[in-house]
Amino acid sequence: MRFGVVVFPGSNCDQDCFYVIKDILNQPVKHIWHKDKRLDNFDCIVLPGGFSYGDYLRTGAIAMFSPIMERISEFTRKGKVVIGICNGFQILLEAGLLPGAMLRNKNLHFICKYVYIRTENSQTPFTNLCKKNQILKIPIAHNEGNYYIDEEGLRKLKRSSQIVFRYCSREDKTTSEFNPNGAIDNIAGIINKKGNVLGMMPHPERSSESVLGSNDGLLVFKSIIKWLESR
Amino acid sequence: MDISNEVYRALGLSDKEYQRIIDILKREPTPTELAMFSVEWSEHCGYPRSRNWLKLLPKRGKYQTLIGEDSGGIIIDDLAVIFKMESHNHPSQVEPKQGAATGVGGIIRDIFTTGAQPIASLNSLRFGALQDSYNRYLLTGVVDGIQFYGNCLGVPTVGGEIYFDESYTGNCLVNAMSIGIAKKDKLVRARASGVGNSIMYVGASTGRDGIGGCSVLASQEFKEDEEKRPTVQIGDPFTEKCLIEATLEALATGHIVGIKDMGAAGLTCSTSEMASAGESGVEIELQLVPRREANMEPWEVMMSESQERMLLCVKKGKEKEVEKIFTKWDLNAIVIGKVTENGIVRIKDKGKVVAEIETRALTDAPVYDMPYIKPDYLDRLNRLDINTLPEPEDYNKVLLKLLGSPSISSKEWVYEQYDHMVQTNTVVLPGSDAAVLRLKGTNKAIAATTDCNSRYCYLNPYRGAQIAVAEAARNLVCSGAEPAALTDCLNFGNPEKPDRFWQFKSCIEGIADTCKFFNIPVVSGNVSFYNESPKGAIYPTPTIGMIGILDDIKKICTQYFKREKETIVLLGTCKEELGGSEYLKQIHRLIKGDAPDLNLQLEQGVQHTALEAITKGLASSAHDCSEGGLAVALAECCISNKENMIGAVIDGLIFDLRKNALLFGESQSRIVLSCSKEFVDKIRDIAKRNKVPFQIIGQTGGKEFRILDDRGEVINLPLRKISEKWASSLQSIIMV
Repeated sequence: MRFGVVVFPGSNCDQDCFYVIKDILNQPVKHIWHKDKRLDNFDCIVLPGGFSYGDYLRTGAIAMFSPIMERISEFTRKGKVVIGICNGFQILLEAGLLPGAMLRNKNLHFICKYVYIRTENSQTPFTNLCKKNQILKIPIAHNEGNYYIDEEGLRKLKRSSQIVFRYCSREDKTTSEFNPNGAIDNIAGIINKKGNVLGMMPHPERSSESVLGSNDGLLVFKSIIKWLESR
Repeated sequence: MDISNEVYRALGLSDKEYQRIIDILKREPTPTELAMFSVEWSEHCGYPRSRNWLKLLPKRGKYQTLIGEDSGGIIIDDLAVIFKMESHNHPSQVEPKQGAATGVGGIIRDIFTTGAQPIASLNSLRFGALQDSYNRYLLTGVVDGIQFYGNCLGVPTVGGEIYFDESYTGNCLVNAMSIGIAKKDKLVRARASGVGNSIMYVGASTGRDGIGGCSVLASQEFKEDEEKRPTVQIGDPFTEKCLIEATLEALATGHIVGIKDMGAAGLTCSTSEMASAGESGVEIELQLVPRREANMEPWEVMMSESQERMLLCVKKGKEKEVEKIFTKWDLNAIVIGKVTENGIVRIKDKGKVVAEIETRALTDAPVYDMPYIKPDYLDRLNRLDINTLPEPEDYNKVLLKLLGSPSISSKEWVYEQYDHMVQTNTVVLPGSDAAVLRLKGTNKAIAATTDCNSRYCYLNPYRGAQIAVAEAARNLVCSGAEPAALTDCLNFGNPEKPDRFWQFKSCIEGIADTCKFFNIPVVSGNVSFYNESPKGAIYPTPTIGMIGILDDIKKICTQYFKREKETIVLLGTCKEELGGSEYLKQIHRLIKGDAPDLNLQLEQGVQHTALEAITKGLASSAHDCSEGGLAVALAECCISNKENMIGAVIDGLIFDLRKNALLFGESQSRIVLSCSKEFVDKIRDIAKRNKVPFQIIGQTGGKEFRILDDRGEVINLPLRKISEKWASSLQSIIMV
C-alpha cells in the first residue's frame, strides 16, 4: 500500500487527505487506526489535521502516546516518508520526530484563511516538483501554529536547509505583516535532518482542486509520488 | 407526597396544567413525573402556544420533502439534504461561550441522528450595541463558543449573519443551523419500535448540568439579578466528534431501529418521543444510566441536559455488536431498557417504578389559543415623512459611516475564526451572498444562507417576514442556486402578552404566504419565545435558513466584480423609501417608517432574470441590495474580493428620487449584475421577458468608487479607503 492516513480520535482532515490521494491522484491508500500495532507495506504515512484528543492538555500531546506512534518512529528510522499536516505537525513535534514546539497564534484566535508560502527547499521528497522559491497558495486553519525554536535550533535548521516553507505575501514579501500566526522566521513547514519527515501547518489537501480556489497543494502530494516512484 | 404549587410553578407549569396532569394520571404525579411533564409541555418541546399557527407553513415544494421528528430536508436525486436551525438564546446570554457551543453541538446532533453526515453549519447572531461592554463580551464569547465546538468537530462554519440592535441588549440571539447529507435510503427515524428491542444509552455520562434548560431557562423571560448559570450545559466537542463517528458507523450496520439525541429535556424527551413516534412503550432502569455525579435524584437524571448523549433502539441480539463500535471510540454504550407494547413510558429506579405515564399524554402537549392584538405604537412608528429629513451634505461621509456600521461591515474577524474549509466542499467561502458547497461525487452543489432583517419585522411583522424569505431566496439566486426549501427559527417575546403574540402570528402568516407563492416548503424549524429583558421584548426575529440547488457546479456566481470595463446593470426598481433603513438609524438615529414595499411578482421576475443570466454564463457577478441600499451594495461589489479590488463609475442612475433614498434606501427586489459588454443585450432580453426593470448604471474599472449625477460627483472615494473602513470596523470596535 502506497499511502496510509492515520486516524486518531478527533482527527478531522483524514477524509480530506484520503479523498485527494484516492480520488484526485488515483493512488492506493488506506486508513490506519491509531491503535493498530502493525504498519506493513506502506510507503508514505500521512498524519492528518484535526483535534486529536480534543487538543486537550496540549495539541498533539496525548496522540503521541497512541500505539501507532512507536511504529511511525520505526518507520521514519527506516527512511520512509511521513508528512504531518497541521495537527499532524503538532504531533510530530510532541513525539520528537521534528525539532521545536508550537505556541498559540499571536492573536490568540483560531485562524482559517488562504495564505501564501514560499518553497525554501525544493530538494525534498515533498517539494521536488516545486521550483526553488516557488510561491504556493494554501490555506491554514489552526489555533496553535506559532512555531518556536531556540536560536541554536534555528541556526541548525537553516544550516541544513530544513526550513521548507515560509509564510510570505503573494508578491513574495516575508515581513511580519504576512506572518499569520507569529511563527519564528515565518516558518510554515520544516523537515527533519534526514529529510524524510515533513511537518507543515498549511493544508495542501484543502488546495488540491481549482474549484476550491487553488490546486497548489497537489504539488506536495505529487512530489511524494514522484519521489516514491524514483526509488 | 404532596406537591406544593410553588414546586410546579418553579418548573414552569401553570395551575391549570397541573390539574390537567392530575386528570390524566387520575392521581398526584410523582416528582419524576412532574418533572417529565414540565419539560415535555414546555414551549421548547411541546409548542403549546405556537402549534396552531405553525400549521400554516407549507410542507411541499418542487423537491420531495422529508419531515422528520427532529429535522427535515429535501431529496435531490438519490441524496437527502437534511437541515435545521435552532435557537440557543438564553443559555448564550447567561454563559456565551458554552451557550453557543452547546447550541452548535445540539443542532449537529439533530442532523447526524438521521444518519446524515453533517457537512456545514451557519449561524445567525444578534446583539445589542457594541458600545456596551457586556454586549462585546457576548459577541466575543459566542464567536469563541462556535469556533471552539465547530472547529473541533470538523464541520465547517460556512456562513451566517450578525446584526446589532438595541432590542437585543439583555437578550441576545444565537440561532445555529446545520446541514447534513445522506443516501436517501440510509435515513433513520427517531423512533422506538419492535417489542423486546433494546434501549441503549450511548455517549457522555449524565450530570446535573442543564437541568431545566428548556422549561425554566428557555421558557421564561429574563428578570434582573437572577442566577441561571447552573441551567446552562457544558459542551465537549471531542466527545461529540467521537459520537458522530461511532453513530454513523453503528448506523451502517443496519442494527439500529431508531435513534434520538438527548438534547432539550434529555432522557425524558428521548424516551417519550421515541416511544410516541414508534407507537410503542419504553421501560428503562435509571440505575443503569452512567453518571458523573453522585446521589442524583431520579427526576434529576430524567431532566439533565448533559451534552453528547443519545438514545438508541437496537435490534434484539445485536447489542454487543453496537456496543463494540462505541467502545472503540471510548464511549459509553449501555442497555438501559427495552421497548414494550403498552404505550407507556415506565421509569424505574432500583427496580421501583418512579414514573409511569401514557406516552401520548406526555408528547401531546396542551394547545393554547393565545389572544393577540396589534400594538398601538405601530401607527405612530410607521409615520415617516422623508421630506422632513435633511439631505446629507457629504455623501462620501455617509457611505463610509454606513460601511463602518457593525451590522454592514465585513465579518471577516468572525469567520476567520471558524474553520470554513474542512471537508473540502466549500467552493464559495464566507463573504459573498451565500455559501456554496459542492456535493462530492456529483456535478451539483448546494447554496445556503440565513436572513432576517428584524427591524423590518418590528415595523411591519407580516412584510418583514415576507422580506426575510424573499431576501434569503435572492441571496441564493445571486450565488447561482435555485431556492429549494427552508428552515425557520422563530424568535419572539413573551407569547402570553397579546401584542407580542400578534407579532408572532403576523410573521408566520408572512412566511407562509411568501413560501406558498415561491413554492418553497418549510421542512424544519424551532420556536423560541420569552426573549425579553426587563427593558422589553426583542424585535420579532423569524430567522430564515434557506437551501438552494445548483445543477451545475460550474455555474457558481459571487458578488464581487471580476474584470475591468464590464457593464454594471441594476435589475428592479428603486423606490423613494427609507423606512427601517440602516441609513435612518446610523445618520438620523431613527428607527421609524414602514418596512420597504415588496411585490412578490416583481421579486420573482428579478430572481428569474438573475438566475437565467447566471446559469447561461452571461453574468460575471451578482449581488443583492440589502442593508445600506444601492450605494453600499455597489461598494461591496468593488471591495469584497480583497485580492482583486475593482473600482466602478456609476453614471447611469436616474436621479428622479430624493438622492438619499436612491442611494441608501433599502427597496427590495433589486440585484446588481456585472457583465461583459457583449452580453448586455441578452440580459436585457431576459429581463424584458420577465417584465423586470433593467438599467445600465455604470461600468467597472479603476481604483475609485464613483457615483455621478447630472451635475457631477456625488461620491468619489478611493477603494483603499472604503475597503479599510469596511474591513476593520468590527475588529476596532471589539478591541477597544
